[in-house]
Order: sequence, then structure tokens, then C-alpha cells
Amino acid sequence: MGSVAVLVFPGSNCDHDAYHALKHVMGADARFVWHKEATLGDADAVIVPGGFSYGDYLRSGAIARFSPVMQDVVRFASAGGPVIGICNGFQILLEAGLLPGAMLANDRLKFRCKQVHLRTERTDTPFTSGIEEGRVLSIPIAHGEGNYTAPEEVLREIEENGQVVFRYCDALGNVKPEANPNGSLRNIAGIVNKERNVLGMMPHPERACEASLGSEDGRLIFSSLLNHLEVA
Amino acid sequence: MYKVRIHITLKPSILDPKGKASHGALQNLGYTQIKNVRIGKLVELEVEADDEKAAIDAAEQAAQKLLANEVMENYRIEHIEEAG
Repeated sequence: MGSVAVLVFPGSNCDHDAYHALKHVMGADARFVWHKEATLGDADAVIVPGGFSYGDYLRSGAIARFSPVMQDVVRFASAGGPVIGICNGFQILLEAGLLPGAMLANDRLKFRCKQVHLRTERTDTPFTSGIEEGRVLSIPIAHGEGNYTAPEEVLREIEENGQVVFRYCDALGNVKPEANPNGSLRNIAGIVNKERNVLGMMPHPERACEASLGSEDGRLIFSSLLNHLEVA
Repeated sequence: MYKVRIHITLKPSILDPKGKASHGALQNLGYTQIKNVRIGKLVELEVEADDEKAAIDAAEQAAQKLLANEVMENYRIEHIEEAG
């Protein structure tokens, strides 16, 4: 089984959750990598966890993106290595230019902390290959700036390339405005890059890996990733 | 030493939730003549440089690389003065 690096920035607060989910629930070889490290070591996959790196100063993820380890994450991703950015990690990947678009403050300015439903739009990624297309996942969100935006031509491009992996939906899988917790364009909750090896998502799969937490749907994403590493 | 100010604003096409909320509050306070609010940032830099052009160049690079996110923001270098 591959080894998974969980990055730690000053202000990360979901690093231990991600480590716990991967190591203790999924049984993967997970380890922390401090943001000052120059390299990821022999990692086979990278998790950029949630939190408030650098206090979200300037813009969410804007400063973390220049941490030494992020240079190696860019190299790793460019070489095809799988990377998942969750919540603030998604924001960092956007700022780093590994994913297209940007995040605005949620519409109505509420910090939204709740269980949401996500429709799985694409199964042709290393992160969703073990999920049936259209399956509705129950996973929590917790963010103030998850309002995904991108210029119209970028939106068109990511839709045409099938890069939208998760959309906010209702319990039955209907993507509609009422199911959108933050104002994200086209209910976008998660996207991949064109090469499909970098995933960014606002919801927290690491908080939905055990029945005692109300949902185990997050495991489907990590098990897809770990299966992918095994085959690769 | 030069003082350089950079104004960073959301692109006109981008919705501004903070501006919208502030606009709503101003309406509630009775300032109904205020028809729109857009909120940006003002960044002040102190730049050590040989001349004004070099100071502006440095500010320009800082804005492009870090201070502004050109996916959603525009920036304008607004003000420059020699500081003591």
C-alpha cells in the first residue's frame, strides 16, 4: 500500500483528522510533512488538509501556496502524482494554479458547517473510481469561503473536459439552487485538473469515514485513491 | 525609500458578497442614496529602490505574484511618494 503525505501548515486544523482517517480507518501508511520541508520524500499521494493556513491572511491559501513544500507538490502533481486538497487545501491548490478558478466569501456571508449531499459526477478519476456515477455522498462542509468562481470560459472548459467531480445536491441527487450552501457557480463542490490527478473539494471526506461520525461515505474517496496506488 | 499603494478590487464580473451585505446594512441605516458597494483592499508597501520606476516594478511583481489573485481581482498601483 502506498504512502500518503499529509501536509501541515501553521493554522492547519484538519491534518490530524486526515491522518486518522487514512492511517487508522483506511490502514494506509500516512505521515505528516511540515510545510518547511523542501521535499515530500517518497510519498505516493499528497493530502493538503483543511484549516486556516496563515490565518487566511490576504486570501485563503494565498500564503501557504508559497511554502517550501508546495514547490515540491507542484513538481509531484506535474509528474502525475495524485493530490487531494480539502477545504483550505482546495483553496491552496487554486492559489497555486494547480486547479482553475478561485474562492469567494460564501453568499449571505455565513460560515456554513453542516452535512451536505454531493452528487458524484465523474468516476474517471483516481479519487472516484470506486464510486458509482451519480451516487449521492453525505459529507460535511465547514467553511466561510467556499463560493467557487471562475471566468465563463474556464467554466465552459472544465465542464467540457468533465472536470467537475462533485456538485452540491439534495438527498435524491437533484442539483438545484436550494442545495447550494455557499453560492458556488453551477453548484460546484469539487473539481479535478485536466490531467485528473489533482482533486480539490470543499467538503471534508476525512470527517465522514466512521459510522460514529454519521457517515462513512468519505471512505469511498480514500479507498479509490488507495486502490489506484496499489494498481499503479 | 518609496511608499507605494496598491488598490486591489474584485473584477466587475465577480459578485462581491461582502459588498452586498454592507450595502444591505447601509440601506437599513437609511442611506438609500447609496446604490452599490464594492469592497477591495489597500496595500501599502515601503520599497527600497534606486528610483521610482524600480519601486513600481517591485510593487507590480508583488501584486502579480502574491498580493492580488488575477482570477478574481484587478489591481492598480495608485500612489507613490519618496519616504524619508
